[in-house]
This record gives sequence, C-alpha cells and structure tokens, in this order.
Amino acid sequence: MTPTPNILGAGSVMLAVLKREVALGLRQKGEVLTPLVFFMVIASLFPLGVGAESGLLLRMAPGVLWVSALLAAMLSLQRMFATDYADGSLEQMVLSPTPLGLLVLAKALAHFLLSGVPLVLMAPVLGLQFGLDSRALGILMLTLLLGTPTLSLIGSIGAALTLGVRGAGVLLSLLILPLYIPVLIFGAGAVEADAAGLGFGGHVSLLSALLVLSLFFSPFATAAALRISLE
Amino acid sequence: MDTPATLTFSKLACSKGGRLLFKDVDCTLAAGHWLYIAGANGVGKTSLLRMVCGLAPVEAGQILWNHTPIGAQHDSYRQDLCYLGHLNALQESMSVQENLMFTSALGGIALDVQKAKSVLERFGLRGRSQQLVRHLSQGQKRRVALSRLALSTARLWVLDEPYVAMDEAGIQMLSDLIATHLDHGGLAVLTSHQRVPVGTHTAQLLELKAP
Repeated sequence: MTPTPNILGAGSVMLAVLKREVALGLRQKGEVLTPLVFFMVIASLFPLGVGAESGLLLRMAPGVLWVSALLAAMLSLQRMFATDYADGSLEQMVLSPTPLGLLVLAKALAHFLLSGVPLVLMAPVLGLQFGLDSRALGILMLTLLLGTPTLSLIGSIGAALTLGVRGAGVLLSLLILPLYIPVLIFGAGAVEADAAGLGFGGHVSLLSALLVLSLFFSPFATAAALRISLE
Repeated sequence: MDTPATLTFSKLACSKGGRLLFKDVDCTLAAGHWLYIAGANGVGKTSLLRMVCGLAPVEAGQILWNHTPIGAQHDSYRQDLCYLGHLNALQESMSVQENLMFTSALGGIALDVQKAKSVLERFGLRGRSQQLVRHLSQGQKRRVALSRLALSTARLWVLDEPYVAMDEAGIQMLSDLIATHLDHGGLAVLTSHQRVPVGTHTAQLLELKAP
C-alpha cells in the first residue's frame, strides 16, 4: 500500500520546524511587530524621562538599549510553545523520532530570527537618538547579535516550564530575568569598556562563551521541562 | 524490523489526583490485532493511551514493546509509534497541506506536494489543500489529522477516539485504513464510544473498570 517513503534526517526535520515557525511568524505579523514597537517605545522614553543632556544620554545608551532589547525579546517568549501546546502539535513533537532537544533548538533559533535579528537591525537607529558614534553602534550590534540568541535559548527553558500555568507571563519573567543578568552585564558593558580604552574583546568572548553554553545545555533543559508540562 | 511485534501490559495501574483509576491491567496484543479499550467516562482510557505513548509516566506495572519496557527503548519505540490524540495537532493559521507536510516531517517522513495532494484526496479533501485549517469543519479537521496515518510507517497506532466528528463515509474509510494496517502486520490500540467493525478483524477487548 505505502511505497517506501524517504526517511528524513534530524537536520531536515529541524529545518522543517524552523521553516514552519518563520512562516507562522511572518503570517502573524502583529506578534512579531509588537516586541519591536515595544523596544522602540521603551528606548525612546528614556531621553524624554531623564532629559536631553547629551553626556548623560551617551553614557546611558548601551544599558538602556540592552535592557529594552531584553524586555522586548521576553515579550514574545510566552508564545514559543503555547499554541503548539494548545493544539496538540507539541505532543507530536515529543513523540517524534527526532530528539526533542533538536526540535527545541530549531524553535529557539526561529525565535532569534524573528525577535533577535530585527532588534539587532533596529538598535543602531535607536542608538543614533542617544548620540552614539559609529564605532559604539557597531559594538552594540555585535553584542546584541551574540546576546539575543542566548536570550532566546535561556528563554525557551522558562517558556517550557511555565507552559499551561495561569499567569505564565509574570512567572516567566521572574524565572528568566535573573538568568539574563550575565548577558546584560557583558552586553551593555562592552561599549563602555571600549570607550574607556579597555577594548571590547573580553566582553565579546564572554558573550560567545555564554552563547555556546546555552546552545549546549538549554535544549536539554527545555526538552525535559516540556515533557514535565505534558504529563 | 520484520519480526512480528507485540505490545504487552503487565499489572498496569494508573492514578490521577490521588484517585486510583484502574489497576492490574494485563493484556498482550500480537501483530495484526487491534485492541479496543472500552469503559465509562473518566475511567482512564486516555490516561492509558498516553502511558502507552510514553507521554505520561508508568507509575505501577509495565508496558512492554517486543518484550522490552518502553522506557528503556525510547528512540526505537518512537519510530514504531503513531499517536492521534484528542487534539488534532493542526496549526489553524497554516494550510491543510502545510500541516500535513509538517506533521509527517515530524514523524520523519519526506512528503512531496503531489503525494500530499493524493493522500488528502483519498480522505475526501480534494481541492482543500491550500485552505487554512481554521476554515475547515470539525470533521474535516479530523480527516486531515487522520490522513497522517495513511503516510505513517509506524507499526503501532494509538488512536484516541478517532471516530469523533466523522461522518459515515469517514468512519468506513478509517476502518478500512486500520484494517489494511492490520493486514500488513501492524497493531492498533483505540478507544471509542461507538463499536465500529474493522474489516474482518475482531477486536481484542479491554474493559477498564474502576477498582
């Protein structure tokens, strides 16, 4: 009855997950745009709140942009597994012959593409508001590019743990924000360190190290959390 | 791969929220047979199926697939398993075809557009492949979910209320599909409130009762 089908490798299955997530994100534009608008608004509120003194703004800029980016990335985390949980797709992912950790990795990567990459691209525009020079903007973009995937990966653990919990949004932030602290410190610190003449190499190395660590460990943790949520 | 498979429950028990649902369930299902799990509402049919899939932990007793506990052979067991739960696992804002291609990809099966179309046609969804799932009726959604079975290479089908929301033609089609699966040496475990004949195969009955 059934002709021998082509069996897909883990890579192709991951690619299928990634494609689906990105296609869904592009279809539900509101969900992708909301965090970006949020990022823009938060970062623009600071100059209005603290006054337009250029020296002060310049010193605050990396921190403000990083905190705004971090909050914006967190906004969309809750939805990472929520619809799949509600419609039963998540059960099928757990039962897939492809290891759940790899599927989760593909989902986190999709989250980075849909929320992290636009943030990286928007950051220099907002940085100009604060009067950052091109070198500082470049460093800011680089740190965001290395930092936001870590945020997505760590965030996936929180999203999985709070699945199906009431008031998941607040709980998610309480769980995840403390874990984001190292990323924030090294991300925001890089611009400042460079301005102080210390170079930003150390910070970038540490951000990369955090990325590698979370790439390795967070899929395991997320997969375990998803299994518990489904029980 | 070609040795006949068996599914065995041994002294299986399940409790939920501190209440014992069933205990001492023993049963052996051989290749080419299907198990019909009957019982009143809330007796633990879905819980049992979720345990068979490995979605819920087995608290007491054992579930053996080819004489090995399923917990000890997760990876190979998942290749042999196709589960259809209460939920259809369909993403509402994607088209029928995209959904079918994605769920079969999760099962490790590469599917081209042509094949997807022909399968959907077989399930009475001709011309619907580009339609968004949210525009389908309940029964049609169920048909899309079931079309996954026709593509599956799994030997064990675990179906939770597969006949819900199906019309007569759909019920007949699904029964034929299960019968063909059994003819090829497959196994099926299903719950249903309707007694539906599956080809010439007589069901092995497992009636769950509260202790």
